Parts: sequence; structure tokens; C-alpha cells
Amino acid sequence: MLRILKFIAVSLIAFNATAENTIDKAPVLKDIFYGESLFYAFQDKHFDAISKLDAELGQFYALDNPSLDPFNQHINHAEFSVGSFELAYRMHQRAGRAIKSIMESSLNQKIRNEAAYRLAQIYYRKNQPGNALDILEKIQGEMADELRVDEIHLRAQVYISTGKFSEAIELLKSIENEDKYKGYILYNLGIAYIQNGDEKEAIEALSRLGVLSSNDRGILALKDKANLTLANRMLEKGSPELAKKYFSLVRLNGPFADRALLGMGWVNVSLGQFKKALVPWAILQEREITNESVQESLLAVPYAYGQLNYFGQAALSYGKAMDNFGGEIDRLQTSIKSVREGKFLNAVLDKQAERDKNWLHNLRDLQETPETRYILSLMASNDFQQSLKNYQDLAELRVRLSYWLSSLDVYVEMIEIRRKYYEPLLPVVEKQFKKLDARIRLRLSQRDRLDQRLKSLAIARRPEYLATAEERGIQDKLGKIELYLSANPQHYTDEVRARISRLKGVLHWNINKAYHERLTNAYKQMQTLDIYINKLNEAYQSFVRTRQAATQSYEGYDIPIRQLKTKIQAIQLKVNGVMARQGRLIETLAVNELERRRNLLEEYQINARFALAESYDRATKKQQKAEQEKLIQGIEEDKALQQSTVDEVDAGDAENTESEKVTEEVIQ
Amino acid sequence: MMHKTILVFLTIMILNSFSLNAADVTKEQIKGLDEQVQDIKTDVIDLTADLLQLEEKLLFPSNSQFALFVSLADVEDLRLDAIQVKLENKVLAHHLYTFRELEAMQKGGVQKIYTGNIKTGEHKLVISYIAKPSSGGELKRSASYTLKKGVGPKFVEIKIGGPDAGDQGLEFKDW
Repeated sequence: MLRILKFIAVSLIAFNATAENTIDKAPVLKDIFYGESLFYAFQDKHFDAISKLDAELGQFYALDNPSLDPFNQHINHAEFSVGSFELAYRMHQRAGRAIKSIMESSLNQKIRNEAAYRLAQIYYRKNQPGNALDILEKIQGEMADELRVDEIHLRAQVYISTGKFSEAIELLKSIENEDKYKGYILYNLGIAYIQNGDEKEAIEALSRLGVLSSNDRGILALKDKANLTLANRMLEKGSPELAKKYFSLVRLNGPFADRALLGMGWVNVSLGQFKKALVPWAILQEREITNESVQESLLAVPYAYGQLNYFGQAALSYGKAMDNFGGEIDRLQTSIKSVREGKFLNAVLDKQAERDKNWLHNLRDLQETPETRYILSLMASNDFQQSLKNYQDLAELRVRLSYWLSSLDVYVEMIEIRRKYYEPLLPVVEKQFKKLDARIRLRLSQRDRLDQRLKSLAIARRPEYLATAEERGIQDKLGKIELYLSANPQHYTDEVRARISRLKGVLHWNINKAYHERLTNAYKQMQTLDIYINKLNEAYQSFVRTRQAATQSYEGYDIPIRQLKTKIQAIQLKVNGVMARQGRLIETLAVNELERRRNLLEEYQINARFALAESYDRATKKQQKAEQEKLIQGIEEDKALQQSTVDEVDAGDAENTESEKVTEEVIQ
Repeated sequence: MMHKTILVFLTIMILNSFSLNAADVTKEQIKGLDEQVQDIKTDVIDLTADLLQLEEKLLFPSNSQFALFVSLADVEDLRLDAIQVKLENKVLAHHLYTFRELEAMQKGGVQKIYTGNIKTGEHKLVISYIAKPSSGGELKRSASYTLKKGVGPKFVEIKIGGPDAGDQGLEFKDW
């Protein structure tokens, strides 16, 4: 009995209210691409979210000075997010590694504590409570406020799983008034008490949960389960009246209603109230025939009829049960065949399923799929869910890989088209560019010389630098005249000398007088020139970039594309292999479950057959007994009549003796 | 006899509740396959990063790259139905929102609605959207924005609703 109790307890502590993806609101965005990955994550498109965020993180860490990048402001959040997305995408190994690296970093203690909490959560979910406990022990100081209750609740769950029930009770009691995990805390408290041998406290905790007021579907189901557990416990303890009370608290439309109805019937049986037992079982019989409790009730109802000595009714019910069992066995047989033919896996990958939250249940509506109601409990199990999701994920990855492979083929073609277009064009452009390049360089050096000259004028006044072309012409002319006159001194009269001096003086006057105005104009013209020079530079840079982009649009891709294709093909092989194995595993689990149900039904059918025969037998005997009793009564009445008339009729003696003989023969 | 019946019933109930896996599929098999699937996921994610990088380099070189993002301000009284983006009077993108997309945007997610290439210089962008306010009816709004494309990639966020949005309920931000 203790083993059964432990089995119940261990099976029940799996209740965990925490969602896997713990990121539920984006921070104020400092990096638009982080917002993009959250957009995918919030839609549960975890693959896209991880790919985008991974790429962002990769680029961030590759920067020379990441602290200057806006993404730096999100880095802690992003590291957690990627771990969280990986968890939601069932990549526990990678998520664990990412979180562990945060724990071992020099980040703020609260952040490291949060990382430890997340990692412990992963271990706990992976059914490794020992590792979870080791990690929880590393939490130092305070937790972030929003995670305080979560951490205590997780720690208590880990304590229960590692046999530290007293510690778990202490922790759960410290948070039992918290709104978060309200029902779950009471449930786990009840389980911890049971495990600790504190029966009274366990019943008290579960009873409190059983009457908890809530509209939350999860809590309502938990309440039902608590009441069911209590009812079963009371039955075990031999308190059917209390069991009845707890069974009656289970909702009739909840997930545990069928089991409660069945249990209620058995409680009445245990109290010898067979007619009352028929009431919940009659309700149960109207429910879905594939349900195990309903099927069991098909045997329970005639059993109760039998106990009430309604053997005829019992025989009829057994007959009905046998018909039902036969029909269901056929359905199961067809379902097993359908699973083996791969139709279940096809249905799992049906596109409609992606949009239907209730797709597991609705699979049965698809053509030629197995009767999934028979494997609903299996489908609800963690292992099966995980296997199914893995199978769907692999199918999605297969689609992605084949998309990328075909994209790469398109890219190769595109690169080839670009090559064909640019390769003949670029040498001609290059030749023209070289010519232009020489001219541009010349102009740029001219501009630089002018610039230097202007800068020197700011330091030392040099009006001759700003002489006009005409003035320079006059200067040249005067120089030539002076040269001529020095070679021919007979013409170099005083008058000529005076005229040359005057002309030179006028020239000098004009140049010096206009110097400031000319300098200002020169600066203005230099500014105008710079505008054109900047445009020239921009055009030059643009051309260089375009030429580079043109070259880069088709060069340097061959090897990376070839490598990527090889990688894709290698992963495709892996995906196909693992997907086939995963599919086989799912089919085996489904077939095993269907076979188990079929075997159970066959067993029920055999029991029903024997019970039917027994009921017929008893019904016949009962009928015979009634007839015998009727006959005996008739004879006795005859006897009495004969006795009263014995004195009157003497001649009838011989006949009476004969009648008695017949009666004895009948009785015999 | 009665107690035996009840015990059998209890055992059946417990076994029915918790019998999940058949004997010939072991936990180790499930765990082993799960680890292989995780390895494949890691491989594909790493490969996708390389592929995305290649795709970006090939299709959207940084000198001409241009991307548009759509986000929702923290407004609960507006349900965005559809959006249309026009560049130089040509429809660039349009989108009808699903419930999940809207929910993701309301939580702060940002949708990348368009990635493409444009040349440097100024371009006129016209955004139109249809939404349903909580007060009922249908809201049709439109606003234009001149974006300046420089040498590097250009990213523009279109934020719908919010305190700084104009009378058309649109706010633009260059990233």
C-alpha cells in the first residue's frame, strides 16, 4: 500500500505551472533587431527567434568595442532570452550551457542567481533533481523580487524529489499565502506531507485545495485531482463515506470526472448500496466509449444488477458490453493497422494541425487516421509529447534545409548571370576609370597647391600672388622692355626710364590696392571649388564602391556556397535518419498503447462472456426455483384440499398416492 | 470479497492513470533520440547563421540595403488589421495581421516588413494602415516620410500609435 501511495505521490508532483519561455514582454528597445527576434519568439517561432538573436549576439561579440554598440544595453536580457528560447525549442543542452556561462561570469549577483534558478529549472524538468539541487545551492544573497516565489517553489519541488520532505514542507508553508502557484503550492504541500508520513496534515492541505475558489482551468483540474486523490486515500483507509464526499466534489465536466463517477459507484458497492452504484455508472455509460472508465463501467453495471439479483438485466447488460467491446476491439485493430501504415505520422505532420491548438484530439477527424482517443493519455505524457514535437521540428528543419538547398542553386545561377554581365563590362569601365582617375588626381593636386598658397598668404602678405592675368602680362611686358633696353642702352633715355618706373608704380599700386578684396574673393572661390571637389570625391568614392560591389556580387562565392551545400546535404542525411527513428519510436509507443487497450478489452470481453454465462445460469436457476416453489405451493394447496375431503371421498386413495409420486419426481 | 473488489478497482485506476510508456521503448532510447535532435537543431541554427549572412551579402549589400520595421506603441485600444507601404508611389509591401502577430507586437516585438535595395538619396515613403479602435468602426490613416539613404544600410521603424505620433498616428524613426 505504501508503494502505491508513493507511486501516486511521485507521479503527482510533476505539476508545474511555469511556462518555458519566460520572456513575456520586450524591454524598451535600443536595438531594432532584438525587437525582431522577440517578434518571432512571442509567436512561438523559436527557430527564427534563436537564429536572429544568435546572429545578433555573434555580430556583437565580433565588434572591436562592443560596449559602444546599442545592443550592449540589451546584452543581459538577450543572453537570457536566447537561453529561454532554446528551452522553449527543447534545446536543453545548449540552453544549459548558455545559462551556466552567465552563472560563472562576473555579472551582478541577482543576474547570476536568476541564471542559477533557470538552470536548476532545466535540470528539474529533465528529471535530474540532484543536479537541480546542486545548482540551487549556488544561489547566494537575494533573488530578484519577481522570482522569489518561483525560486522557493522550485526548491521545494526539488526537495520533494530528493526526499527532503520536511524542508519542502517548511518552504511551501512559507509561501502558501502567495497568489502565484496558489493551487500548486497546496498540492505539493499535500504530497510532501504524504511522503513525510503526516497523513492528517496532507489531508488538511489537499482538502483546502479541494475547496479553493478559482476560475483558472488549471487550478480547477488540480482541485479535481486533489479530491480524487483524497477519495482514493479514504477508500484505502476504509472510510467509504468520506471517499464519497470527496468523489462528489470532483466536477462532472472536468478531466477527472469519469474516474470520479466510476469511483463513486465502487464506493456505493463497498457500502452494499448497489442500486445507488448504478446511478453514477449510468451517467458514465452515456460518455465516450473509448474512455477506460466508461469501458470498465460496462462491466460494473451488470455486476451491480447481479448483486441485486436482477440476473436477466445483468445478462442483457453483459451482452451489450460484449457487443461494445467487440466493436472497440475492431476499431483498435484498424487503428493499429493505420499506425503501422504510417498514417498517424502523416496526420501529425498535417499542415492543418499547425493552426489547430486542439490538433492532437482532432487528429481522429482526418481520414484514415487511428482512433486517437485511445492514445490521449499517452499523448499527454511528457515523453510522447516531446517525441511528437521533435518529429514535427525535424520535419520543419527538413523543409528549411531543402528550401536553403534550392535557394543556393538559385544563387549560383544568379551569380553566373552577374558574372556574365559584369565581366566583359568591367575592363572597359576600368580603362575609362584609369584615365579619369589621372585627371581627377591632377585637379586635386592643383586644388591642394592653391589651398597651400592661400594659407601662406594668411601668414605673409604676397599681393603679387593675386595679380590678374592682365597685370601679370603687363609685368612680363615691362620686364621684356627693361631687358631690351639694357641690351640697347642708346634707347634707354631718362624719359623712358621714368615712364617704365611710373608704369611699374601704377601696377604695384593697383595690385596692392586690390589685395584684400582679391584675397577675400580667392577664399570664396576656394570654397566654391571645394563644393565641386567634394562632389568629385563623392562620385569617385561611389564609383569605387560600385565597382567593388559589382565585383563582390559574383566573386568569392563559389567555395562558400559549395561548402554550405555539402553541410546542408550532410545535415539532411542526419535529419532523415533521426526522423525515421523518431517516427518509429512514436509509432511503437502508439501501437503499444493501442495494443494494451486492446488486450484490456479482450480481457474484459472474456470476463463479460463468463459473467454472461453465469448470469444466464443464475437467471435460469432463479426461474426454475420460482417455478418449483410455485409448483410446491400448488401441491400443498391440493394436499390441504384433499385432506379436507378425505373422509368424503374414499375411492380416491389410490389416485392421491399416484399424485404424490409425481410431485416427488418433479421435485427430484 | 468486497475489499478485494475495491482494491482491484484502485489498482486499475492507478495503473490506468500512470501507465504511459510501453516496456519496449526505454527512457534511454527517448533521451538518446532527444539529444540527437538537439544536436541537429544546433547544427541547423549554426548553418542558418552562415546562410543568412551569405544571403544578405548577396541580395542586400550594405551600400544599398534598406529595411522597414513595424512596431506598435503601448496602446491596447487599437487593433491593427493591415498595412501598406509605398516607396516612390509604388507598393513595396502590404500585410494583413494575424492574431498572433498582433499579440507579439503588443508585447513589444518588431516586425520586419520589408528588406530590399535602394539607391542613395532621398525617397518618399507613404504608409497607410487600417485598424479597429475599441470604440468601434474602422480607422484608415496614412502618412508620408522622406527617407535619406546614405552610403550605409538604412533601417526605418514605423511606429503606430503612441504619444509622439502625429494626427495620423504614425511615428518614424531612423536606426
